[in-house]
Amino acid sequence: MQSSIELRRDPAVQYVLRIGDTCLILGQRLAEWCGHAPVLEEDIAMANMALDLVGQARALLTHAGHLDGQGLDEDRLAFLRDERDYCNLTLVELPRGDFAFTVVRNTMVATLLKLLWERLAVSADAELSGIAGKAVKEARYHQQHSADWVVRLGDGTAQSRARTEAAVARAWRYTPEMFDSDAVDDAAHASGLGPRWSELREPWLAEMTLVLQEAILPLPPASAFRSTGKFGRHSEHMGFLLTEMQYLQRAFPGAVW
Amino acid sequence: MTRPAGDRSAEDRVAEAWQALATVLDPEVPALSVCDLGIVREVRLPGDGAALEIVLTPTYSGCPATEVIEHDVLAAIDAAGLGPARVRLQRAPAWTTDWISEEGRRKLREYGIAPPGPVSGEVAVPLRFVGGRRSASKVACPRCASEDTERISAFGATACKAMYRCRSCREPFEHFKPI
Repeated sequence: MQSSIELRRDPAVQYVLRIGDTCLILGQRLAEWCGHAPVLEEDIAMANMALDLVGQARALLTHAGHLDGQGLDEDRLAFLRDERDYCNLTLVELPRGDFAFTVVRNTMVATLLKLLWERLAVSADAELSGIAGKAVKEARYHQQHSADWVVRLGDGTAQSRARTEAAVARAWRYTPEMFDSDAVDDAAHASGLGPRWSELREPWLAEMTLVLQEAILPLPPASAFRSTGKFGRHSEHMGFLLTEMQYLQRAFPGAVW
Repeated sequence: MTRPAGDRSAEDRVAEAWQALATVLDPEVPALSVCDLGIVREVRLPGDGAALEIVLTPTYSGCPATEVIEHDVLAAIDAAGLGPARVRLQRAPAWTTDWISEEGRRKLREYGIAPPGPVSGEVAVPLRFVGGRRSASKVACPRCASEDTERISAFGATACKAMYRCRSCREPFEHFKPI
């Protein structure tokens, strides 16, 4: 059994990991649809979006490894970190749910990532700005595609509408976490690495409101619930996800295709 | 019979490398060479002039063909006797379909893939919904050139393509998405 690695508690590393881990874990969840989507076209679409997300995660984890300075590569960061050292949003680790939940979550996360990538394209960190310049184009497609489905299902049959409304209500509880800023964000803001995520709240809400209006779905009320995945404190689902994702490298260290 | 790399001037070696690269096909869209696609950004002989440096830019972050392309590029340089060479991946500025050459667009059309339109118009509007103004960007059928087409899937066999159907000739076709 391969033992775990630990990274330095460096704010720049944490900042990059929050984005990279969010991409990686959503990619892992989306890949669960491969072979199970309601229609072939969506099966392909979700696999393609998962591929983009995992590609973005690879670049970000590689960069986090460089910033950390211990010579750890993307694979070791992905497969040998413990749950508490993962900094993804709780929203992306929740079980894949039904198709309505999947497209609602994809829309919420793609909208956030698109706004983030747009701002990171001018990061003082040249590597991060390079990754962002490419990823923003992909995030635009993900957002458009997922939002189209939210509209189609929300403004659809009684059944699709009820399930989409339930999906929005369920996912919405995890949105305050996206915009909770802390010392990691302050350091990124000060060094020019990237924006405080709290700055994304207004534009995110504006674009999500557009989508929900078009889908004829009500904007859910604010909730007092606070999730804390990006600070390393995850939901009960994260351990199971990592167990499956990390099993091979933990059991057979360094195994390759 | 190929000459050893040392017998050429630096300019010749770079020029011949470009010719060799023009024969390397994209594994996912084998109608196009890596040069047609615009992913070869630079070929140069840095420093001591021993190894050629070929600068490639990936198309999509998760494109599974990137490693195959890297391998094929080095193999083509080797086969032309132009080695040693190394590949450097460069992410910025990000690849755009605007870099696909005119020749590349013609080849795509002949291969049955509708080439991408200009990117600029695509990013101006943040969100366009189904049944909305999507008709603004019409994709012409690569077989009959009719613009009476409809999108049937936003993603195709690879992330870079979407599936369309022509209402005139009734044939399905792929569209290389502007990005």
